Amino acid sequence: MVEYRIDRRSGVATYLQIVQQTKQALRLGLLAPGDKLPTAREVVEATAINPNTVLKAYRELEREGLVEARRGLGTFVRKSLGAAPADSPLRAELTDWAVRAREAGLEHDDVAALFAAVLEEHFKGDEA
Amino acid sequence: MTDIAIGAAGLSKAFGAWKRTMRARGHVDMRLRRGARPATTAPQRTTGLSQLDFRLPVGRICALVGPNGAGKSTLLALAAGLLRPSEGTVSVLGTTPAAARERLAYVAQDKPLHPHLTVAATLRLGRELNPRRWDHAVAERIVAEGELDPDAKIRTLSGGQRTRVALALALGKRPELLLLDEPMADLDPLARHQLTGTLMADAAEHGTTVVMSSHVVAELEGSCDHLLLLGAGRIRLAGPLEDLLAAHRLVTGRAKDSLAPHTVVESRTTGRQLTALIRPEGPTTPGWQATEPTLEELVLAHLRAPDAPALTLDDAQEAAV
Repeated sequence: MVEYRIDRRSGVATYLQIVQQTKQALRLGLLAPGDKLPTAREVVEATAINPNTVLKAYRELEREGLVEARRGLGTFVRKSLGAAPADSPLRAELTDWAVRAREAGLEHDDVAALFAAVLEEHFKGDEA
Repeated sequence: MTDIAIGAAGLSKAFGAWKRTMRARGHVDMRLRRGARPATTAPQRTTGLSQLDFRLPVGRICALVGPNGAGKSTLLALAAGLLRPSEGTVSVLGTTPAAARERLAYVAQDKPLHPHLTVAATLRLGRELNPRRWDHAVAERIVAEGELDPDAKIRTLSGGQRTRVALALALGKRPELLLLDEPMADLDPLARHQLTGTLMADAAEHGTTVVMSSHVVAELEGSCDHLLLLGAGRIRLAGPLEDLLAAHRLVTGRAKDSLAPHTVVESRTTGRQLTALIRPEGPTTPGWQATEPTLEELVLAHLRAPDAPALTLDDAQEAAV
């Protein structure tokens, strides 16, 4: 189960925050096919946002084929995203790299810029 | 036909002082033509409403916004059937406010409760008064979430705790329409978040229509999907929030740029820079920076510009298709 954190000052539309956080959870393996998303009621009770916003986010995820609504049962994950679960070897390597970068004196923004540049180099033209 | 939670047609409410103001205004017009100074009138205590036309579809969470004295409380009291219109009509859930009384709940600004009753007795009273609809579990849960002692007398409670009991009574009634006048004003941030969450959960589960008045716009952002902005007893903005925001642009350009043919809500120049909130009529000038305003920006611009034209976007027809 995921828990959504809504940042009202982020400038990102609330429904998009839910879409992005769901995708992030799918990428990290926190949500797997067959898992149930929280009901609209559960989400709005915890976040105090408008119910229609949650439904809009779930419709968007459904349109992208990531989840499916089963009448009377809830919304379920259909597909996973990416292949880098939270405990993968790739993540461990990246963690090592981040530690070395910090030891080398790089600051947060330096690392972010470096990472973005390499990402751009290797994934140019791919769909985001 | 789309179900309408609240429909107003030519809805006006005049109070004694308001009537005097209106008469004085007629009088002022004549004197202005003769070049005399307008007469000043005494400020009225309760605000009237003048010619409101709007429709609020069922299932919306509506923010009722406006400066102090805009007529928010008057409108809620009319919808609750506690006041009668001077002119025009207000319909509630497809009938008159009086006939809909059982299906609506209204929490007044001062949260009237019996001070000598205990919390538990207040909830029992709610059950006795609403035998057909009462949901005791809901009411008890709201009170319990605030860690209120059921045996505490209402008069010993803080303002925020009283608000919680009032909301427990209102939601326990399982209303189809919930009218809340400044519901969150005396709540701490945690209670405000909790109770807004409770309201939203109720709306998600039962499709309850909620109208909440407030002059703190920030607390409504995120939870409301419909907006009614009142100013001086008239409608300034009415409609689905997304559509209203999409109908406006916050633009930055050069001071010498012309804002025509757009409708200008508010504009100001600082040095060489022009900033304006407009309702675009056709494409905006290339080179302008144009963004969609936030709810707060939209409301504040309209409050600063009381003479900007009103805008009502009615989606009832489209929703009916």
